[in-house]
Amino acid sequence: MSGSSAPLLRLEGVTKRFGGTRAVDGVDLALARNEVFCLLGPSGCGKSTLLRLIAGFEHPDSGTIRLDEADITALPAHRRPINMMFQSYALFPHMSVARNVAYGLDRLGRVEQAQRVETLLRLVRLDGFGERRPDTLSGGQRQRVALARALAREPRVLLLDEPLTALDRALREETQSELRALQRRLETSFVVVTHDPDEAMRLADRVGVMDRGRIVQIGPTSELYEQPASRYVAGLLGDVNLIPGTLGPDEPGPTRAVETAFGELRARAPAEPLEAGAAVVVALRPERIVLAEHGLPATVAERIFLGGRISRTLRMADGSTLRASGSAESAEADPAGAPVHLSFAAEAASILPA
Amino acid sequence: MSAPGPGSSGGWRARLVRLPPLLWLTAFFLVPFLITLKISLSDAATAMPPYLPVLDWQAGLEGWSSFLEALDFENYAILWFDSFYREAALSSLAYAGAASLVLVLVGTPLAYALARAPARWQALLVALVVVPFWTSFLIRVYAWIAILKPEGLLNAALLRLGLIAAPLEILNTPTAVMIGLVYAYLPFMVLPLYAVMSRLDGTLREAAADLGAGPVRVFLTVTLPLAAPGIAAGALLCFIPMIGEFIIPDLLGGSDTLMLGRVLWSEFFSNRDWPLASAVAVLMLLIVIGPVVLFRDAGAREAGR
Repeated sequence: MSGSSAPLLRLEGVTKRFGGTRAVDGVDLALARNEVFCLLGPSGCGKSTLLRLIAGFEHPDSGTIRLDEADITALPAHRRPINMMFQSYALFPHMSVARNVAYGLDRLGRVEQAQRVETLLRLVRLDGFGERRPDTLSGGQRQRVALARALAREPRVLLLDEPLTALDRALREETQSELRALQRRLETSFVVVTHDPDEAMRLADRVGVMDRGRIVQIGPTSELYEQPASRYVAGLLGDVNLIPGTLGPDEPGPTRAVETAFGELRARAPAEPLEAGAAVVVALRPERIVLAEHGLPATVAERIFLGGRISRTLRMADGSTLRASGSAESAEADPAGAPVHLSFAAEAASILPA
Repeated sequence: MSAPGPGSSGGWRARLVRLPPLLWLTAFFLVPFLITLKISLSDAATAMPPYLPVLDWQAGLEGWSSFLEALDFENYAILWFDSFYREAALSSLAYAGAASLVLVLVGTPLAYALARAPARWQALLVALVVVPFWTSFLIRVYAWIAILKPEGLLNAALLRLGLIAAPLEILNTPTAVMIGLVYAYLPFMVLPLYAVMSRLDGTLREAAADLGAGPVRVFLTVTLPLAAPGIAAGALLCFIPMIGEFIIPDLLGGSDTLMLGRVLWSEFFSNRDWPLASAVAVLMLLIVIGPVVLFRDAGAREAGR
């Protein structure tokens, strides 16, 4: 991160209403220089509206948006040094690829413009495509034209709306590593909007999870994954077992006991103080469950071989089931129906409000 | 009118579906046109019907040959060599062309405003564009006489406001004809344009703004080029009937306003020269076919690209 420690982009109490509903509700957010920040959430959570507020297509009902400490809240989109790559790419169908990319470069002279377009097209590996029309390109090529066009004005912040969603699987993985490499090279900050946790984890340094217009948790993806603050966040990022229970007595130390239907568990203490006896859920990732000599008794109800790993459904003493996934090495030890014991590190499970 | 496309040729059902429009066009366009064409090749006569030759059905083959021999292009020669008709044709083209231009200039912003209006207002606003059609066209043109005449509403208002000292001569001038044409044909310009503009992808405008384009540049470089087919369709839809317009130049224009529709009317009703009137009608059709073919070719290019 370069020189100044002040955030590049700062949102304070940004709220946007559509009719009676708050699409974006009091969002505070600070984006560092050279950071890739991802807004993650299902459709309708307000992430796209937040992106449009940053771009300047919408203006907040209250709150401020600052870029390099300068208030840009009232600035219209065409005056902001922020560019956006649209989900639909929004390429101008009546212009060639070169003219699309050059659209934002109208202040430059003709020669300079042509040089810049050439550089940009080379950057996205589309040299020689300048005279083509957008409708003659493949989806991946169109996406790269959209990227080149959005980068043409060297934006301080690049906004990307579901950048990988429209691409097929192989292309996505290629594109996401290209995007990361490009971001490091250009030293631009990215704000990515996506509903796909996989996309968020692949691209982002930090993720903000949105729910009903609010950012409910911000952090690196590993933190959100390992230490979700709510069932919502836990469920959004990958597979998780949610075990209902009652919180045990207050105790010193990083972990606390939870009484569940199939016995007492220990898990990481909740971030916010909860009374003993409160209804809670224990969030436990399947890959954190290990089969061991001692621990909670269970039987293997189902076992699916998935190449590198084995996915098991374990039936607990009370009849409920947990999903566990482990490496394929231990495959022979526990055929379906075999009695097993399971355990997990207390720090790997989170106690969340029910 | 168009040739059947590929895939529509199979089966008697498909043919049956094509039959009604074919019959309609034959009965109400092709047959009347052939009659008009025949009359235009005839000579005027003081008779009933007022032209010669008339086919003698009883005379058989003989009758046919004498009938065909009597047909000639004399009336077209008159149209070509008599400067009166040439001027009428050019004047019609000039009026229709100028009015089409004004309609594009007035209709484009109007259609754009309609398409950008809040969704809940759009249906009402479009209905307001169409409302004048509920009143007879003739009555609406008469209303313009009341507005434009020297002692009319417009002059009264301008005099009252002190903007002019003496009434303006607007009625019976080319200006009045232009006002009438633009007024009467505006809905035909606005509706197809609105249809195109309301379907334009709004994110393209946003993308342009995002790339630093102000509202004017967005309109000129994105909205306008993408709406061009609608502008062409609207202009054509107005240009074609304006060429043959009769009521507006007759009621609002002076006695010296030359337009083909008026010439046709006077040849037919005043001079009772049916053949010459028919020749004018055929000429009008030829003038109108030009832009239609141009537009269709442009449309085909657009579709095939």
